[in-house]
Amino acid sequence: MSDPTLSAIADAQSPEEVERFLEEQERKDLLRFITCGSVDDGKSTLIGRLLFDSKLIFEDQLSALERDSKTSGTVKGGIDLALLVDGLQAEREQGITIDVAYRFFATDKRKFIVADTPGHEQYTRNMATGASTAEAAVILIDARKGVLTQTKRHSFIASLTGIRHVVLAVNKMDLVGYDKATFERIVGDYQAFADQLGFESVTPIPLSALDGSNVLRRGAAETPWYDGPTLIEVLETIETAQDWAARPLRLAVQYVNRPHLDFRGFCGVISAGRVKPGQEIVALPSGRKSRVARIVDYKRDLDEAQAGQSVTLTLEDEIDVSRGDVLAAADAPAQVTDQFAAHIIWMADAEMLPERQYLFKFGPAEAYGAVTELKHKINVNTLEKASGKTATLNEVVFCNVALDRAVAYDRYQDNRETGAFIIIDRYTNQTVGAGMISFGLRRATNLHWQALDVDKRARAAAKGQKPAVLWFTGLSGAGKSTIANLVEKKLTALGRHTYTLDGDNVRHGLNRDLGFTDADRVENIRRVGEVAKLFVDAGLIVLVSFISPFRSERALARSLVEEDEFLEVFIDTPLDVCESRDPKGLYAKAREGAIKNFTGVDSPYEAPEAPELRLDASSLTVEEAAEQVITALRARGMID
Amino acid sequence: MKNAVFTHLRRIEAEAIHIIREVAAAFERPVMMYSIGKDSSCMLHLAEKAFYPAPPPFPMLHIDTTWKFKEMIQFRDRRAAEIGMDLIVHTNEEGLARGVNPFSHGSAVHTDVMKTQALKQALTKYGFDAAIGGARRDEEKSRAKERVFSFRTKDHRWDPKSQRPELWNIYNTRIAKGESIRAFPISNWTELDIWQYIHLEGIEIPDLYFAKERPVVERDGQLIMVDDDRIPMAPGEQPMMKKVRFRTLGCYPLTAAIESGAETLPEIIQETLVSRTSERQGRIIDHDQSGSMEKKKQEGYF
Ligand SMILES: Nc1nc2c(ncn2[C@@H]2O[C@H](COP(=O)(O)OP(=O)(O)O)[C@@H](O)[C@H]2O)c(=O)[nH]1
Repeated sequence: MSDPTLSAIADAQSPEEVERFLEEQERKDLLRFITCGSVDDGKSTLIGRLLFDSKLIFEDQLSALERDSKTSGTVKGGIDLALLVDGLQAEREQGITIDVAYRFFATDKRKFIVADTPGHEQYTRNMATGASTAEAAVILIDARKGVLTQTKRHSFIASLTGIRHVVLAVNKMDLVGYDKATFERIVGDYQAFADQLGFESVTPIPLSALDGSNVLRRGAAETPWYDGPTLIEVLETIETAQDWAARPLRLAVQYVNRPHLDFRGFCGVISAGRVKPGQEIVALPSGRKSRVARIVDYKRDLDEAQAGQSVTLTLEDEIDVSRGDVLAAADAPAQVTDQFAAHIIWMADAEMLPERQYLFKFGPAEAYGAVTELKHKINVNTLEKASGKTATLNEVVFCNVALDRAVAYDRYQDNRETGAFIIIDRYTNQTVGAGMISFGLRRATNLHWQALDVDKRARAAAKGQKPAVLWFTGLSGAGKSTIANLVEKKLTALGRHTYTLDGDNVRHGLNRDLGFTDADRVENIRRVGEVAKLFVDAGLIVLVSFISPFRSERALARSLVEEDEFLEVFIDTPLDVCESRDPKGLYAKAREGAIKNFTGVDSPYEAPEAPELRLDASSLTVEEAAEQVITALRARGMID
Repeated sequence: MKNAVFTHLRRIEAEAIHIIREVAAAFERPVMMYSIGKDSSCMLHLAEKAFYPAPPPFPMLHIDTTWKFKEMIQFRDRRAAEIGMDLIVHTNEEGLARGVNPFSHGSAVHTDVMKTQALKQALTKYGFDAAIGGARRDEEKSRAKERVFSFRTKDHRWDPKSQRPELWNIYNTRIAKGESIRAFPISNWTELDIWQYIHLEGIEIPDLYFAKERPVVERDGQLIMVDDDRIPMAPGEQPMMKKVRFRTLGCYPLTAAIESGAETLPEIIQETLVSRTSERQGRIIDHDQSGSMEKKKQEGYF
């Protein structure tokens, strides 16, 4: 056996030759594929053969293999290649592979990651797991048995999980005398079935994992009638790119990198498309637009990045983007919905119940939700539809899902990353299901939300923050609003969700009916306190900027929320400074008597006795004051 | 327009960076395990890339058995300082006090007490809820089935039956208080990938990987480097000077050297490629029986 990869380097005479070899190696691409078949079809033997023939087996493994072959091998007298890939002890004792195992090998053209997935009846979930990251499937058939129920199931799951290329490996041809007619009959049977599944390519190959014919070497002596490719030739040439890069840009933000206030990088994997500085993008679900400023790579910037790369983008505008949002091409954005129809593969012993609340995870985005309607089950053996109310382990169902918030998505057929989700049990934290979105549902269709109890915590969690009230109190002209505005800007830059209540937006609307008598001032603050409480309930950080001269009303506002949710910020600017600033000319008017009940002039200001923060705005810049507020929030764990 | 090939190495690099960022984003107190070897060096480099221009937002943790090569410790301290990450070094003081060492207690006990137990101690002590590790699926058969996000119980045990199905690149990061996750960003890398990546990116690795004249003695047919005077010598025995290097770095009495002339990275890679023994053979821990790694993993060994 001569393997070109290894002999090239073994023969290398000079460091330059080795370097050249390495450069070639570094240019290889990658194919991920799965193998599936029924128990004993020869999957393990086939993978062992691929590893063995591509010289991925080391001598110590070989001697362990020879030793193990004597004690538990099934091949009389010879070495049992299947033992190379049988992993967990318990499984080996049972003599079956029951989980997904990943193997690695390379030829001089490509590197390969193989997901070894089980053929056992009850392990649909493992097959789906292995298939979810695979670009091709090798489906094994025992030449003596032909197309079985399991063959159909595996093909269906491969198709469901978006695999486009199938190799039909008709194995154990040695046991049917390498008979052409047998092979052709099996291929005919399979084709008739596979036609419904819409694969891009189906390549049948007659082979023997045991003697290696048509695996890496051509079975010229064994199958002279076969002039198609060997297994490895197919695997080396399957088109993997599918030109994801040519599709519209999608990047699910998984991490916001903000080492300091001047840098906000949005990190994630580009699942489709390309990105360039200057390109217009839209953040979803918010719909805010901006342009890419930089593609930050390690110690340099990139001019362009494309599907598959993990990147960090900065944007030209300070728009609100956080973990779970999708950055998409502005001219071809992903859809946004809180309801959709999807195929779900159920993976837990506990059955799936409609209306039960689960956590749905779409890449980095999370939402609570429930299956609102189970439309039908799919019999994975016959592809027939059947009705049902619940889903049990290893069942595939088609259903409607409703979430407690909108998420950005694509149809699974258009994007395997933005179209996929997993389902997590809220109590056990187990992954109980996997889903693939078929299409979004219009919002109007029968929303019934009673099943979902969305509380303050859930709303805050959805925003990824702790809600709070920042209560700015102080004399007119003390600098409350200016400081509060800057604090809000900083919080927004940190990805926090905020709202400001001040004289401008409350006095003109909600409190239009109130004047400045003491009674009205009390009512004014009571209402503002209640509104702040509602906003905290909504999960927001509320900045309240009111003179609020009386201790008792501030205490009332404080009592409306949790103890650790209230931060009183006293802007302690002396009256003479405020009066000399007099931005709106109010002090002058009050002194003239044109305004009555003006705080500090003819109405009292009761300074806070123990505010969480006291800022003297006459000795601090606005920037310093705002930064002190941010520091205080951090110190109290109100933001991170 | 046809794209430039998105190479194998760039694909597994992107995957590793995604995994590392996912840990940083989803956990409250993550840590990166750092064992000073070539795989750790790659992981550290990937972490730097993942968060650039910021330093990685988690500390590195080294379990020091007190039997590591001296050069490893120097390398560790220097790298941590250069990258600007917090370095936490933990030693099982109880084991140390009881004098547990590879010579009188054997490799199994030493590894269990000074590595496995020490790691659990450290994870508990600092309350880490996620530990990023450098294990690879190609290292050993039982690891081929390991998840990228591997769930651990409150007492740090790995239960092959309660591992969560892992689909696409969506990782289930949910845990209850006290439970934890071990995350393996270089799961899908082979030994050759590691070397190629080191070559491609110019990653610094300890000198011990390169062949050099070093003082060694022979023990059970394997060459052990005399890194200090704690190694028991037969009366009159003198270390031999041999040109050797290490394929893996660990406790010096448990890490066999190989005779080699490979002084440069391409030479090491050439040697690795044509070598017919897997790297774990240098690790004395795996030798007992084929299923032994799996047992150790259930007990909490990385
Ligand atoms: N004659 C023959 N036997 C084979 C071939 N491939 C596998 N086998 C045998 O079929 C049995 C089951 O193989 P194994 O690889 O363990 O099947 P798996 O359950 O699909 O992984 C073993 O006894 C193998 O030696 C083949 O091509 N020809």
